[in-house]
Amino acid sequence: MSIDSIDPDDVDAADILGSAIERREDPALITGNAEYTDDIELPNTAHAAILRSQYAHATIEDVDTSDAETMDGVVGVYTHDDLARDDTPGDLPFLIPVAWQLPSLNDVDHPMLADGRVRYQGDAIAVVVADERYLAHDALDNIDVDYERRDAVTNPSDALAGDAPQLHSEGDRNVAFDWEIGDEDKTDDAFADADNVVEFEADNQLLIPNAMEPRAAVADYNPGTDELDVFMTTQNPHVHRLLMSGVLGHPEHKLRIKAPDVGGGFGSKIHHYADEALVAWAAKHLERPVKWVATRSETYLTDAQGRGHETTAELAVSDDGDIEGFRVDTKANMGAYLSTFAPAVPTWLYGTLLSGQYDIPAIHASVKGAYTNVPPVDAYRGAGRPEASFVVERIMHLAAKQLDIDPVEFRKRNFVADDDFPFETEVAVVYDSGEYEKPMDEALEMVGYEDFRERQEQAREEGRYLGVGFSCYIEACGLAPSELAGQLGAQAGLWESSLVRFHPSGTVTAFCGTSGHGQGHGTTYAQIVANELGIPYDDVEVVEGDTDEIPHGMGTYGSRSAAVGGSSLVKSAEKVVEKGKQIAAHQLEADPEDVEFDDGTYRVAGAPDRSIGIKDVAGQAYLAHDMPDGEEPGLEATSFYDPDNFVFPFGTHVAVVEVDPESGEIEFETYVAVDDVGNQINPKIVEGQIHGGVAQGVGQALYEGAEYDDNGNLVTGSMQDYAVPKAEHIPEMETGSTVTPSPHNPLGVKGVGEAGTIAAPQAIVNAVSDALDPFGVDGVEMPMTAERVWQAVNEQASADGSGDAAENGGEE
Amino acid sequence: MTTHDITLTVNGTDHDLAVESRTLLVHALRDELGYTGTNVGCESSLCGACTVLVDGDAVKSCTELAVRADGAEVETVEGLADGGDFHPIQEGFQEEHGLQCGYCTPGMMLSAVDLLDENPDPDDEEIREALEGNLCRCTGYQNIVNAVQNAAGQMSGAVADGGKEMDLTREYPTGDDASGGDSA
Ligand code: FES
Ligand code: FES
Repeated sequence: MSIDSIDPDDVDAADILGSAIERREDPALITGNAEYTDDIELPNTAHAAILRSQYAHATIEDVDTSDAETMDGVVGVYTHDDLARDDTPGDLPFLIPVAWQLPSLNDVDHPMLADGRVRYQGDAIAVVVADERYLAHDALDNIDVDYERRDAVTNPSDALAGDAPQLHSEGDRNVAFDWEIGDEDKTDDAFADADNVVEFEADNQLLIPNAMEPRAAVADYNPGTDELDVFMTTQNPHVHRLLMSGVLGHPEHKLRIKAPDVGGGFGSKIHHYADEALVAWAAKHLERPVKWVATRSETYLTDAQGRGHETTAELAVSDDGDIEGFRVDTKANMGAYLSTFAPAVPTWLYGTLLSGQYDIPAIHASVKGAYTNVPPVDAYRGAGRPEASFVVERIMHLAAKQLDIDPVEFRKRNFVADDDFPFETEVAVVYDSGEYEKPMDEALEMVGYEDFRERQEQAREEGRYLGVGFSCYIEACGLAPSELAGQLGAQAGLWESSLVRFHPSGTVTAFCGTSGHGQGHGTTYAQIVANELGIPYDDVEVVEGDTDEIPHGMGTYGSRSAAVGGSSLVKSAEKVVEKGKQIAAHQLEADPEDVEFDDGTYRVAGAPDRSIGIKDVAGQAYLAHDMPDGEEPGLEATSFYDPDNFVFPFGTHVAVVEVDPESGEIEFETYVAVDDVGNQINPKIVEGQIHGGVAQGVGQALYEGAEYDDNGNLVTGSMQDYAVPKAEHIPEMETGSTVTPSPHNPLGVKGVGEAGTIAAPQAIVNAVSDALDPFGVDGVEMPMTAERVWQAVNEQASADGSGDAAENGGEE
Repeated sequence: MTTHDITLTVNGTDHDLAVESRTLLVHALRDELGYTGTNVGCESSLCGACTVLVDGDAVKSCTELAVRADGAEVETVEGLADGGDFHPIQEGFQEEHGLQCGYCTPGMMLSAVDLLDENPDPDDEEIREALEGNLCRCTGYQNIVNAVQNAAGQMSGAVADGGKEMDLTREYPTGDDASGGDSA
């Protein structure tokens, strides 16, 4: 059951919004005409390679670059000391900044190149620039580093323990921050009188984003004009412009950041890394274009990782199944340094979603961030929200089990009721709109839940273990408004900017400050603008991802593009229509109040033959021979749209699995995703986003996880050891949707990019837990490899003293 | 470093070039000849982004030495379309929304072409198996499987209608640009 895509030529102009039209991005991408960063070849380009620490934690006694420097074709080799001595224009502070502050934040220095100490395997020590790519990499082998190794610590609870090696001289015992949300006393009271307390303890493992295109940058400097152009793999060029201008001490208005085609991001291309700054610095220093492309091994070592939580949670529930209180304690892995938005992820993006889809009268959560010897941890698809949804939906599963209530029944009993929206949770957010039973009911129908328990019973009698797992997730997208973001610690506004410009001939270019990297913005934005202006879809061109073309923007992450960027385009288009109305009224010799706009045409009310099309109005606006008094020529408008609130998509995902307790293998019988992302601009693209998101969630549930040894070495440092799921690992997904528009934005959209990743892991863990119920197994740590599942079954069996687990379970 | 003079026929165009012994085929194609449609995702044979056809077989060009391909017929994504007409696999990917960022897509399509050459009517499982060497981080694969089915349908349709069978070794116009920009 999948949505058929439609040729845009077969869609009536009036139906363009909401149609599943084919993407206009695709022809370039399927013919090899796309231009990714590494495809850019400027004349006389030099190539950079970065020497990275081989140890997770060490003092650097000495770096000897002399052999590398004398190699033929090597243009320069630079260390921290070289940067410090440097006289390249600009006031280089050498430090990578953090763009999110928390009151308790222990912000530490993050040098571009290691200053006497390395804190994770992959920390940058030196950069080589050479005439050719291979040569630059050869030269890395000729740099000698004297390390004095130190003890390493890679998980947050060990890092926060009294005897842990301390990573930074500032602060105490690796505490990056100590944060809490909710009402502690009220929550304690709820627990004091509780009939039942359900306990849950689990890790949410570190993940490596693995966008298929590695990070890369090409920088080009013009000493005559002091203009610095950087083409790079970015999700948010304007934010990179701002941060890089600070890091390099280069004037922001002479810095251009351009995102060419970008091969996936999933958060990993939001953050400002030392690498791209080094490339830009080298181009300035050498006055020659410099290119750097990460190898896959580098992306494993240096891309900001995601998740990394250790959590204990408790739920207070009455005997009737009413939730009365929720307490959560989380230790979050922040890695060696604080990455760009890192402090927001385990705090404001996590703690605020701990109410899930439920009406919970008392919640308290505390989160401690810990410095550890792993790469910086920051936003990865979902960012904080998957971690929250995992805790909530696992404990819902466990509570239902403990109280012996059907998991569907238990959830429905505690859902926020339809007429309670807008709903203010105990953790500081107000849900915009929702009807939580609708997607749940549709999903139940799709999996055939009515008969499922019977089937499960029969299968058990045959020695087969089926399980069903639910995940009723909620997500917060389009973080806003800016004032609130500022109160929460953001060092930037979270509006979005756009410009809608008519050309004299009647076509339109729409510019937006977001920056897509596979989401199909060119298509969806053109649908929005064509609809607003009532002109043919093909007449609208969309431009984003270039700070020279569109002066301001905040970028694409957190599923904000449609809700914030799309809404900004609506606002700009409305301004264009309004100015056009003044011109049309003048030309039609009517009062503007009597002029109506519909379907691309201005008409005088009550006199339908007196009309003029918006394209003709645009022509007149540029001709400017006959304009209303005081009206400027031209027809374009800009808006800076700052939403009133976040948007809160929701949905129910259900996994049905069969687990073989003897081998530990898990097979999907079905995976159903019913999502409510508000109005859909392009249902085919929505479906594709859900598929991709679920696949990453399946990856977390079953395959993926960054693992470090006791010395802090990454042992899953290649695609050989870190299982990025392949086609045969991902189940066939069935998708459905319900539509509850957001009341907060003019499109009524919510957000879809992260939904699948947020929802999937706990649906699958819950399904496995349900399948293994006869064995007394109530959960398996992710990734649920066959070995772990098998072990969980057998450990439980030995704990029960009941001998062979598989056999015993089968007899129940 | 020893260099070797080799000839590569890429999408029907002959190219003479000098490469180092260690130059990888993908770098010869991208950096020397400008066929940048072939992408590098892992440089270790594991992701398939760099897949091209060498004498008709899907090969990961990141772990193939350029010298070993001396004299071979190489097909890259730039050669899939026939003039202005997309290859059925390209049509399939576009119609089924088989791509998002598109980075894995050239390699995916060429692996799929190799599969369809050997098995014109694969079932979903066979497609998933055949694509096990090609990773996609964006799509969740379902629409990629649909794209390959779509292409298979078009191609068998073309044969059944007495149309021209897809000829993967068809003659290409020769002698034109060496920039790799010879696609639709
Ligand atoms: S780049 Fe060749 S297989 Fe990944
Ligand atoms: S479409 Fe992005 S990796 Fe496949």
